[in-house]
Amino acid sequence: MAKRIDVKDLNIYYGKFHAVDGVTLSVPPRSVTAFIGPSGCGKSTVLRSLNRMHEVIPGARVEGDVLLDGQNIYASAVDPVQVRRTIGMVFQRPNPFPTMSIRDNVVAGLKLAGVRNKSQLDEVAERALRGANLWNEVKDRLNRPGGGLSGGQQQRLCIARAIAVRPDVLLMDEPCSALDPISTLAIEDLITELKKDYTIVIVTHNMQQAARVSDQTAFFNLAGVGQPGRLVEIDDTEKIFSNPTQKATEDYISGRFG
Amino acid sequence: MSESSATPTPAGASVDSGNTGVGGRVPSADTTPEGPISAQPVTGNKTKVRPGDRIFRGLTTGSGVLVVVLIGLIGLFLLVQAIPSIGLDQVNFLTSREWSTNDPANLRFGILDLLLVTVATSVVALVIAMPVSLGIALFLTQYAPPKLARPFAYAVDLLAAVPSIIFGLWGLYVLAPQLAPIASWLNDTLGFIPIFADGNVSSEIGGTIFTAGVVLGIMLLPIITSLTREVFQRTPVAQIEGALALGATRWEVIRTTVLPFGKAGYISASMLGLGRALGETIALTIILLAPSTTFGGSIFDGGATFASKIASASSEFNDPRSVGAYITAGLVLFLLTFLVNFAGRAIVSGKKEYR
Repeated sequence: MAKRIDVKDLNIYYGKFHAVDGVTLSVPPRSVTAFIGPSGCGKSTVLRSLNRMHEVIPGARVEGDVLLDGQNIYASAVDPVQVRRTIGMVFQRPNPFPTMSIRDNVVAGLKLAGVRNKSQLDEVAERALRGANLWNEVKDRLNRPGGGLSGGQQQRLCIARAIAVRPDVLLMDEPCSALDPISTLAIEDLITELKKDYTIVIVTHNMQQAARVSDQTAFFNLAGVGQPGRLVEIDDTEKIFSNPTQKATEDYISGRFG
Repeated sequence: MSESSATPTPAGASVDSGNTGVGGRVPSADTTPEGPISAQPVTGNKTKVRPGDRIFRGLTTGSGVLVVVLIGLIGLFLLVQAIPSIGLDQVNFLTSREWSTNDPANLRFGILDLLLVTVATSVVALVIAMPVSLGIALFLTQYAPPKLARPFAYAVDLLAAVPSIIFGLWGLYVLAPQLAPIASWLNDTLGFIPIFADGNVSSEIGGTIFTAGVVLGIMLLPIITSLTREVFQRTPVAQIEGALALGATRWEVIRTTVLPFGKAGYISASMLGLGRALGETIALTIILLAPSTTFGGSIFDGGATFASKIASASSEFNDPRSVGAYITAGLVLFLLTFLVNFAGRAIVSGKKEYR
C-alpha cells in the first residue's frame, strides 16, 4: 500500500512562468511530510505535481521526475487518471459533491473505478467513514446530502472519499485552513492515525500544525520577487524547528521572516 | 426646487446636512423602490437632494414601470379585443378544430388545432435542439481548446443574428428537399407509431411539422447553447478538481460535477427556447403547408401554428369581428409563452435553494 516518493530535479511552469525551480526530495512510506513556506513559494504547486493535478491548468507543465516506489509517474506511458487513483488528494476547502448523498460521496471514487456491487460499496463506505472518524456522526444519515454537514465534517468526508479507494499516498493541501480549532484537532488526530497505513504529504501555513503532525518538514521559499520558488531545506521536523541548517528557515519559523 | 428649500437654512444646517446627507442618502440608495423611506430625509431633515440623483432615479423608475405597464397594456388589449369575438363564436372556442372567419356574421373558430400544431412543432424543435445544444455547450466549455472555443462560441451566437425569414427560405428551399428522404424513411420504418404515420400533406414538398420543427430547432440552438454554456462555465473549480483527484476521466468529471451543477440552468435555457419556439412566426409561415384536414397527430402533417395562422391572415384583416378571432388566438399564445417562461424561471430559482 503505502509507497515512497522520490522527487528529482522538479521544475514546474505555468505557461512561460517558471514557478518552482529544481526541487529534489524524498518522502518515506508511512510518514507525514509537511510543506511550509510563505504564500506563493510553490509548496502547493509541488504538492499538485505529485499526483499530476498541476497539469489540468491550461499551459501548466512539469519537468523532472516523480518516482512512486521507483516508477516515474511522468513517464510517457503513464495515464494521469491512473496516477490520481493511486495518489489521493484533499483540498483546502472541503469539496464534497453537493448533489450526492454522504454515502455516494464516499464511494464516488470506487464507482469511477467500476465497482458496482452494492454490499461491497456499503462495506467500503463504512470502513472509509470509520477511518475518517466520521462514522458515528453520520451513520444514521448516510443518504442525506453531503453538503448538509459542518465544515469539519465535510473535510473528514473528503478524507473518507480519498481513502475509500485505498490510495498509496495521501496529499493534503492546507486541509485545516478553512476549519475551526476543534475540527482542526480532529483532522490532526486523524492524520496521525492514517500515517499507519498511508504516506502523507501535507501543505500547511500553520507551523504549529507542521510541528505537531509531521515527521519531516520541507521549507520552501522564493529567491526573490518574480523568481521561482525553491526548496530551501528538508529535514526531520524536530531538527527544522530546533536547529535548522539554513538561516532563511530559522528566520521563517521564528517569525523573523523578511 | 431642492435648492430653494435648502437655502433658508444656511450655516447652522450645513453640519447637520453633512451628517444626514451621508446617513440619509446611503440607505435610501439601497432601498430605492420603497417610497416612504426615500421621501423621509427630504421632508424630515431638509437633506440636500441633488438634482442628478432625483433625475436619475426618475429615469430608472420610469423605465422599470414602463415595461410592466406595457405588458399589462398588451394583455389588456388582447383581452378587450378577444372577449367580444368569443361571444360571437358559433363553436366552442377551446375545443373546436374549425377555423372559418370569412363571414363575420357566422364566426366559427376554435384554437385546438392551432394549439396542437404549435406544441407539436415546438416539441420537434426541442427534441432536436436540446441534445445538440447540450453537446455544443459541453464541447465549448469542456473539450474545445481555448483558442478554438472563443471563435466557435461566437459563430454559434451569430446564428441567433440570422433573421428568421432567412431561416424560413433556407428551410423550405434547401433543407426540406434534403430532409425528404429522411422523412420518408422514418415514415416507412416507424410508420406504425402514430407520430410517424402518413401525414396530410405531401412529404416531398416538405411543408410538414417535421421540416418546420427541424428549422425551428436550428434557430433554438444559439439560445439554449449560450445560456447553458454560461452555466457550465460556472461549475466550481473545487468540484472539478475534486473529481479529477479521485481519478475521474474527462467524461466522468462532466458526469459527476458539470452536469449536476448545470442541470437547472440547462432546463431553464430549454424552457426559454421553448418560449421562443412557440412564438416563432415568419419561418413557420413560409414552411408550413396548410392542409384541408385537421392535425392527425403525425409529425408529417401540415398545419398552422398560432403565430403563422395570424401572420398569413393579416393581409385580409378587414372586419373587426374576424380580427377578434385572430386576436383571441394571439391571447392564448401570449398566455402560453408566459407560462413556459415562468416555468423556466421557477425551475432555476427552485434549484438555487437546493444548492
